[in-house]
Amino acid sequence: MSKKETFVGESKTAGKWVGRPLPRLEDARLVQGQGVFADDYKLEGMLYLQLERSPYAHARITRVDVSKAAAAPGVVCTLTGAELPSISHPFPEIGPGAGQKVEDYALAINKVRYQGEPVAAVVAESRHAAEDAAELVEVDYDPLPVVMTPEDALQSDSLLHDEAGTNRMWHDVFEFGEVDKAFQEALHIVHIGRLHFHRFSSTPLENNVVVGQWNIKEKRIQYFSNQQFPAFAAQFLSPALGVRIDQIGMRSIDIGGGFGIKITSYPYMALCALASRKTGGRPVKWTETRTEHMLASAHGNERTFYDTRVALDANGVITAIESRHIDDCGAYPRYEPLGCIIWAQVLPGVNRLKNIRIDFSQVVTNKCPVGPNRGYSRMQHLWFLERVLDICGHALGIPGDVMRLRNYILPEQFPYTTPNGCVYDSGNYPKMLEVAKELVGWDEWKKKQKEAAAEGRMIGLGIGTTLDSGTNNFGQARIVNAYAPYSGQSKAANIKLDIYGELVLSMGSVPQGQGHETTAAQVVADVLGINPEHLNVRPGFDTEQNVYTGHTGTYASQFAVTGLSAIHGAALKLRAEMSRLAAFALKAQEEELEFGVGAQGPQVSVKNTDKAINYWRLANLVNLNNAELPQSFEDITLNCRYVYKAPFEVPDVKRKYGNLTLTYAAQLHAAVLEVNSETFQPKILAYACVDDCGRAINPLIVEGQVHGGTAHGIGGALMEDCRYDSEGNMLTSTFSDYTPITPMNMPDLRYGHVESPSPFSYNGAKGMGEGGGAPLHALSAALQDALYPRGIVVTDSHNTGDSIFQLFERARQGTEAPVVRVERPRGPR
Amino acid sequence: MNMSVGSERVQIRVTVNGQVHQREVEARQLLVDLLRETLGLTGTHIGCDTSYCGACTVLLNGEPVKSCTLFAFQAHEADVKTVEGLSHNGDMHPLQKAFVQCHGLQCGYCTPGFLMSSYALLSKNKRPTDDQIRKALAGNTCRCTGYQNIFKAVRSAADTLAAGTQ
Repeated sequence: MSKKETFVGESKTAGKWVGRPLPRLEDARLVQGQGVFADDYKLEGMLYLQLERSPYAHARITRVDVSKAAAAPGVVCTLTGAELPSISHPFPEIGPGAGQKVEDYALAINKVRYQGEPVAAVVAESRHAAEDAAELVEVDYDPLPVVMTPEDALQSDSLLHDEAGTNRMWHDVFEFGEVDKAFQEALHIVHIGRLHFHRFSSTPLENNVVVGQWNIKEKRIQYFSNQQFPAFAAQFLSPALGVRIDQIGMRSIDIGGGFGIKITSYPYMALCALASRKTGGRPVKWTETRTEHMLASAHGNERTFYDTRVALDANGVITAIESRHIDDCGAYPRYEPLGCIIWAQVLPGVNRLKNIRIDFSQVVTNKCPVGPNRGYSRMQHLWFLERVLDICGHALGIPGDVMRLRNYILPEQFPYTTPNGCVYDSGNYPKMLEVAKELVGWDEWKKKQKEAAAEGRMIGLGIGTTLDSGTNNFGQARIVNAYAPYSGQSKAANIKLDIYGELVLSMGSVPQGQGHETTAAQVVADVLGINPEHLNVRPGFDTEQNVYTGHTGTYASQFAVTGLSAIHGAALKLRAEMSRLAAFALKAQEEELEFGVGAQGPQVSVKNTDKAINYWRLANLVNLNNAELPQSFEDITLNCRYVYKAPFEVPDVKRKYGNLTLTYAAQLHAAVLEVNSETFQPKILAYACVDDCGRAINPLIVEGQVHGGTAHGIGGALMEDCRYDSEGNMLTSTFSDYTPITPMNMPDLRYGHVESPSPFSYNGAKGMGEGGGAPLHALSAALQDALYPRGIVVTDSHNTGDSIFQLFERARQGTEAPVVRVERPRGPR
Repeated sequence: MNMSVGSERVQIRVTVNGQVHQREVEARQLLVDLLRETLGLTGTHIGCDTSYCGACTVLLNGEPVKSCTLFAFQAHEADVKTVEGLSHNGDMHPLQKAFVQCHGLQCGYCTPGFLMSSYALLSKNKRPTDDQIRKALAGNTCRCTGYQNIFKAVRSAADTLAAGTQ
């Protein structure tokens, strides 16, 4: 397993610790089985909740009878949909118009809208008792016609939400530049038929888990769960449960992966609270099974692209794109329709494209609701743009690498303002391409490809350039709904020097494996001149002990910017207080002081003297021995909160114009793939990934995130698909059917790093955890390269031996209209 | 053996990480639930319920098994080793250290399973090839790391262990 690594650019390791590949501080507990995941959490008197779920994708509920279940041994209570309107309210909806008419409760009431939708709950003394009793729940259904595709959604008389009057939840046209003029002036116009980005999920290995307790005496609901965006969940739970938001407490310690899929678990959180209240306040645990997760947690957004027209100049530079996109959000919008604007963070992708008109709709279908899966909404759009680029390249006889170099935003154009007002902070895409080609061995593979083609073998080379736009401006929600009460982005942190001199940091983040405890400690260590292990970082999230804002959560590639800015700000505040105190205690001027580590541990000393004060003595002056301290120090608490607020404005809602994200990390992947001429099975022969996330706080963690995002993308491109039959039965409801990528399928990765520091973050870093789905782009491109000579156009983001065989069959029969048509008007005017 | 076919509850005696436990369990209780719920050894996790992902991997008489698809009574009179049993006198096993050094974990949920499968491999094969490492870990799924650093960690631990026995 040879692995080549490369590094390009200036390494800005300003600090002693920031910039170092420090092994992670959280790992010692995790490798020893001492992590605390939600299902490890138990409370005295805890009950277990089991759900009865719909076997139908779309049906009217005609009868629910829980009497036998309620009488079963160990059962404490049951819940049915019919009860919910009297004990709860529907969850708020973000969308305007039709979206506002959707009634989403924690259990189905009159009808079910996807297979696996919860219909009734049974709460019992043990997990086994709850499972046994749930089998006694009797439900009668009257099946309804299912809506499985965007075409069905728009044309069928069958409505998911009758009260909404339509299956189209959102629609608008995004138009920027002078599209018609660009088409008039184009030398080439390429028409592309239906393209489809499939439905998949990063499927965190830990399923959703909720322990909820409605403490009736204290009038509080306390959760221990693996919810990854607690501030958002609380904003949905508070109105649904009819409590103030400060009555909802949330905790998590270790979370077994999230990838966005754990953002929309709030219906299950509501159920645990309602069940707890019904039992008189006993804690209720719900642990999702894998099949429940596959059926009914959340999937990534599925998107179909229709009627695309592309205008190009003589050199293959794309001058305009016009297209119609329909996003399928499954049965309930939940986090949607935010995905209807989030793609616009990367409207032109990495290209100088100025003129663009996209007709964008979102529809509901009888499938599992979607959630913001890693690469959320941008990945789908970037895949579309990369397909357009490759298809046009092939149609015009311009190689993929050349097409890209001709269309990329140039390094000297940064900061670059996109047609819709987003400001790309920094980047160097041509350099990334050069590094990736070198790493993957592009030129040699080109030769081998030619030789192999002569033998009838099908090898393809592909590039995927993608963006991981991070630190989102919630103001973009106002573009989908002008009344949405959101804007900006913020994170909080708190650091204190406790009575015995312990430094304790609580982060306003909800990590799920991103190493926040480590990078936070690196930042604080540099501010205070100490070692990372001197800092105690509280693991996980806790509304009682940690600080937070309405944006608190871990999502949208931002911790390196927002989280660390807050931590840095809090550490500077504490340092300033400690400096004042130390100057008083040491009878010195603040300018003479030095923060560092002495024989007794962390200390503040007077430069070039042996005068020093350790942290215990400093803390003692404020906390326990404070009669020594004059009144003028009474503002010092050694308990410092800092809120970082990203520099955003509210976008111009009417023009859909404004800066939607603060940083733009990029990844460029190069893949070589062979399609077996007998089995049609695609196999990766070589793979390189290059990332540019600005300044890397911890290069070990950055590379790990790139590897992980790459595995999700490769799995998504070649293996993983949330498949349904025409009746809405999910065909991939176990891992054995869904087949997440395993050690046997994962190719060796060659990794490179290019560094273009962000001018918009204090540390030059950019958020980079989502990765942008580059493998989907690169592998579709490689496959296209292998198959174009056979007259085959790759139209789907998911390709397997079977689906590639089907492409060949359709091409052989020649019954379908060609996907690509090149129109050559008179030429440039 | 105090077990009669068809009884609802069975007596079992099992040694876990060197400690003998005698328990009456439901016949349908899974081994993973015995470990997690009854013995409080929550380092062993459940990821898929169908023996695909290997988060529940433990050693049963030295062999890696998926504890989510074994009944607790199948461990009767057997020796079980879990992730909690890898450290020795508070000192982490070279595999655990290698996973930390090589950044072979992110969320850490799959890690105990990977450690146990790797431990079983290195017990039998001191110098595994890259292919042998992949095959030994084929029954373990990680959703965070893309596996690269896990392979690296197992190679590194093999080197450390080999150097220690020379």
